[in-house]
Amino acid sequence: MSTLFLIQFLNGLQLGVLLFLLAAGLTLVFGIMDFVNLAHGSLYMIGAFFCATLTFWTGSFLLAVPLALVATAIVGLVVETGVIRHLYQRDHLDHVLATFGFILIADTSVQLIWGPEGIAIPLPEALQGQVQILPGVIFPAYRLVIIAAGLLVAFGLYWLIGRTRLGMLIRAGASNRTMVSALGIDIKTLFTAVFALGAVLAGLAGMLIAPITEATIGMGNDIIITAFVVIIVGGIGSMKGAFIAAMLIGLIDTLGRSFLDDMLKVFIPVNAAETAGPAISSMLIYIIMAAVLALHPQGLFPPKVR
Amino acid sequence: MSEAAPSAAAIKEFTRPPSLLGKSVTGRYITVAFMVLLLVLPLVAWFTGNTFYLDFSTRIICLSFAAVSLNLILGFGGMISFGHAAFIGIGAYMVGIPAYHGYESGWLHFPLAMGVSALFALVTGAVCLRTKGVYFIMITMAFAQMAYYLFLSLEEYGGDDGLTIYNRSVLNIIDIENKVVLFLLAYAALATGIYAVYRIVNSRFGMVVRGCQSNEARMKALGYNTYAYRLTAYVIAGAMCGLAGALLGNFQSFISPDMMGWTRSGELMFMVILGGTGTLFGPVLGAVAFLVIEEILSAFTTYWALPFGILLILSVLFIKGGLSGLIHRGLKHG
Repeated sequence: MSTLFLIQFLNGLQLGVLLFLLAAGLTLVFGIMDFVNLAHGSLYMIGAFFCATLTFWTGSFLLAVPLALVATAIVGLVVETGVIRHLYQRDHLDHVLATFGFILIADTSVQLIWGPEGIAIPLPEALQGQVQILPGVIFPAYRLVIIAAGLLVAFGLYWLIGRTRLGMLIRAGASNRTMVSALGIDIKTLFTAVFALGAVLAGLAGMLIAPITEATIGMGNDIIITAFVVIIVGGIGSMKGAFIAAMLIGLIDTLGRSFLDDMLKVFIPVNAAETAGPAISSMLIYIIMAAVLALHPQGLFPPKVR
Repeated sequence: MSEAAPSAAAIKEFTRPPSLLGKSVTGRYITVAFMVLLLVLPLVAWFTGNTFYLDFSTRIICLSFAAVSLNLILGFGGMISFGHAAFIGIGAYMVGIPAYHGYESGWLHFPLAMGVSALFALVTGAVCLRTKGVYFIMITMAFAQMAYYLFLSLEEYGGDDGLTIYNRSVLNIIDIENKVVLFLLAYAALATGIYAVYRIVNSRFGMVVRGCQSNEARMKALGYNTYAYRLTAYVIAGAMCGLAGALLGNFQSFISPDMMGWTRSGELMFMVILGGTGTLFGPVLGAVAFLVIEEILSAFTTYWALPFGILLILSVLFIKGGLSGLIHRGLKHG
């Protein structure tokens, strides 16, 4: 039981890390441009497909990832300058609708280019095995790599936003856009950079998970909803909130799915628990989100802005 | 906050109940012609042996009705609900589940669909309406996802695979197994729904809800319990959409959790925006345009979603006020 718990805990962390990579981009784009990007999940999918193709071209997953990140950034740049830029001044409803259109375009384009089947990405041998993390507890090495990579990116973002000039502009842009622009900062370029950064983070998440799940069409459409739950629970626009909420949601979702029916058996008949368990665990994160919003309508860590 | 006081003419304009069919005479003719065509064309198609068009129109009518109900809160109340498809699903399952257990009376199904949808709207709306802006958009979506996963996990009723409804709801005065009768019933429901929305938005209650859209703080200052007004509107819209779902479930004879996925809610929202928010017939126009374009494109290519997505984006960027706004402007200038 405790072994299983540890393994599921690590799986939960891994999901949390992926959610953070997605949520970080969403919350940045929302915090700074006040833009709701439903199509963020499409960048996650596009990243995975770029990575798949480049892995086959270069023969190495490790080489493919940086190249695919650049390619995803370029897609982000093109989309931002082509369409998204013209939507910042519109209301949230228009954002939702236009990016909804983008999801259709992205899913169909991927189907046109890569075909309807999912693509498996082969891992280098060094990452394929299992490691013993505690006596008697073995865990896939690659999943540990995902957790490590995600935490590394989280620290990188913390440094970028807290310690660099770009980060300073991002923070300033989030609290008062007009003032930043009045101080002579090219706000357009800043917005494009932030959008591309978000695209890269989403693409990275897609690339990291693709060797486990395959790159598939529409892979972003489910997880993006969970990522939205994360930024809402965390407080939209807050990086700290996104990180904490991502870990929380990742753990609750994973642990709920594996242990909830056992826990319910303590209180209600076994049969009922086996039916109710899966039902409740798949709704769990939404129940938590509703509870958080009922108590804190602005999320757990609302950013102090505007 | 130095806003100019509204002129006497503007106040009169706002408080005068507009006619059901709009102000301009040509606009009225267009609206009437549109609604008559929507009734007559499918029947003509059926009499000439093209049953497909009758079926397609029944689907259009059901979804139009859902869009009309969404418009009540989105267009007139400023509540951007991204989870409205949940009510379609709940309505449909309230036909499917009793039918599965052998209860086939429509006098049970339709009130149940409206009642359970209203209850769901009441419970979720009570939480949702505490939030504003993007939070509202996202929490309505989250509740719809909850409903989606709930029905997905109901193995007894097919879960992921959905549920087949072998016999349509039994109403002892009309037989909706007959396609034409079902179409006429759906059309009557839609017409009644539009009229209900017309009466609601021009009632004192509707005025308060519309007032909340333009300035909720001011309505509060006037002493209105805005939360209660908005929640009531939300519940009415939910119940209406539940009825639309029950009709759609009856028409399709097959229901699945897919009916309430978040992309469905997005499509409903799009129909309302495309047609024109806050107009009585706009959502119907939007639903017709949306589904007809989808049908035409999917006949040409399996990759229809690509041009469709491009059209969606272009319409957001360039059509202000939706199709009814476009027609209205066309009448003014032309």
